Amino acid sequence: MTLLMGAVAYDPKVVTIWGGFRSWLNDNGLPFDFVLYSQYERQAEDLAQGRIDAAWNSPLSWIRSRRLAQASGRTLTPLVMRDTDRDLRSLIVVRADSPFKDVADLKGETVAVGAVDSPQATLLPLSYLASRNVQVDVRRFDVGVGLHGDHIGGERDAARALVSGTVAAACMIDSNHLLFGKEGTLPAGSTRVIGQTEPFDHCNMTVGETVSDQTRADFAELLLSMSYTDPKVRPLFDLEGLTRWEPGRVSGYPPLERAVDETGFYDAAGAVTAADYRP
Amino acid sequence: MMLDLGDLGFEQGAHILLQRALGPLRPGEELGVAGLDPALVMHVEVWCRAKGHLTRRADDNDDGIRVWVTRGRADLDRWVHAERAGGPSPHGIVNEPPAHWGLAARGALVEPGGPPIAADLASRELVWADLAPSLYANAAASQWDPATAIAWDAPVDLVPEIERAVVQVMTFLVENEQAALVVPARLLARIHPHFREVLQLLAVQAADEARHVEVFTRRALLTGGEMGTSSVSGRESLATLLREPDFSMASFLLSVLGEGSFLNLLTFIDRNAPDPVTRQVARMARQDEARHVAFGVAHLQHQGTLDRTLLGRLRGAIEQRHETLISSAGLNQDVFDSLVVLAAGEWSPAGIRRGYAAVQQLQAEMDEGRQHRLVRLGFPHDEAAELSALHTRNFM
Repeated sequence: MTLLMGAVAYDPKVVTIWGGFRSWLNDNGLPFDFVLYSQYERQAEDLAQGRIDAAWNSPLSWIRSRRLAQASGRTLTPLVMRDTDRDLRSLIVVRADSPFKDVADLKGETVAVGAVDSPQATLLPLSYLASRNVQVDVRRFDVGVGLHGDHIGGERDAARALVSGTVAAACMIDSNHLLFGKEGTLPAGSTRVIGQTEPFDHCNMTVGETVSDQTRADFAELLLSMSYTDPKVRPLFDLEGLTRWEPGRVSGYPPLERAVDETGFYDAAGAVTAADYRP
Repeated sequence: MMLDLGDLGFEQGAHILLQRALGPLRPGEELGVAGLDPALVMHVEVWCRAKGHLTRRADDNDDGIRVWVTRGRADLDRWVHAERAGGPSPHGIVNEPPAHWGLAARGALVEPGGPPIAADLASRELVWADLAPSLYANAAASQWDPATAIAWDAPVDLVPEIERAVVQVMTFLVENEQAALVVPARLLARIHPHFREVLQLLAVQAADEARHVEVFTRRALLTGGEMGTSSVSGRESLATLLREPDFSMASFLLSVLGEGSFLNLLTFIDRNAPDPVTRQVARMARQDEARHVAFGVAHLQHQGTLDRTLLGRLRGAIEQRHETLISSAGLNQDVFDSLVVLAAGEWSPAGIRRGYAAVQQLQAEMDEGRQHRLVRLGFPHDEAAELSALHTRNFM
């Protein structure tokens, strides 16, 4: 039986990536197909209800689909993740010439964040500030809502707001701090990092119980066998941003679970409870 | 091992120094990174994560080292099955370059994978001639500037009928040179870039024709009149050149027979030109055409050594073109008459007789030249004479 995976079409390259993976997996003996979603919430619901067998999940949709599944007595497994999904950090960034030396100095200041549903540019850094009792005015940049921060437009707008001086600080993932520096959104040397979260994990390939243990094991084994030396695999890895698959793990998600609970983004059963979230 | 990045940041290219320092290490070996950029540790982590290297943050006892990098192997894996695309000199040409080498420079280290190039002429046997590199060098050195190579302000003051004849001949030349431009341009887009000297030569050949189109047009319009006529038969004849898909056959019909005949035509115009500008444009174009003919002959001589069926196929190409054009009217009568008038140089019975004889002599010379080149390709004399007679009456 064909293993059916969901993926969110946050960018046209998603078609190239999963089309390529689909060919490779089928060529290597695993009947595999995918469907595309316009946003993560419907994918999380479909995965939890067994309408798809697997999903390429954002960290937030991992949490939601896991909660939804669990509430109805099902189990989801984070099968594999990219090497680049492990141990990321979000940063609290200020202008280099600003007086802020520590995140405590931001108390009462305006802090720019990404989209409402961005784990790395909104939920995690705000949770980090809250854990240090730093109350701030949040200025949110809702771009690509429903894409769980995969669309980095909101994160970039937050960085621009920082440069233009309309906010005291901006939140972004470490890799985008470097990206924005290299592309000139943040001129080199113009910012300082005054806070960073604990390491957390990003996406994973979540698999449900609609496929047999054997299929699940075959899927994992095949993905983990994909090699950067393979000229058919390498362009797909380059596009998807990994050099190898790693086994999935849940140890990198507690910070986001906490953030979701603190903000009431989802409830314990996985219902969307964030008041101003319209994916 | 330790690398000190000073105050260089990753927004300013620090990864280049890090990459260089990691290069000689074996996967699994560690490198300590020091530096003053406040964001150094975070950016080393980001860069290393993307490149498949592992990191761990240093502790206070690490002597200024701020982060440790464990070398990964993704950069090595990328090139593990890479191969050289032959060698840079003509001695490094391979017989059948793979399509995935694509546009890579000959001799470059080629990462495997990537899109195959749509080049159907991808065999050394099909396209190569040992003369190509030296012909290209010669062609590149012989390029001339139409603006300065021709004395455009030289006096041109012909009686109107003679001027009209010159204009008609120029119009005919432009039409033919446009075919001679399009044919190599189409062929070169089909040749695997591994055979770059052949591409270069064909590109210069197309550029030569572009110049010829320009100078013949400019001469035609020099005295402010209109262009001459274009006949169906002329265009029919040239259309058969454009339709020939086989590289060797196209080269044979265009360069050896067509441009070969044009060498005689341009000599004729040079010799009989009634004004200095007409003489000069013909002379300059002839230099270029001689190279095109030389490559065509060299290519086919090379082919003949590899393919015993070549002569039979060349014969077939001539015969087929002859069959196609048998019901065509041949040379535009306006062109033939204009050549007579051009050679006559005056509007008198004696002049016309002289001009007519000169054109007959031209046709004999063209035939002789074609036979000579056919013999060089290996045809016996009698067969060469027979085949030359089947060549289009349109000259090209």
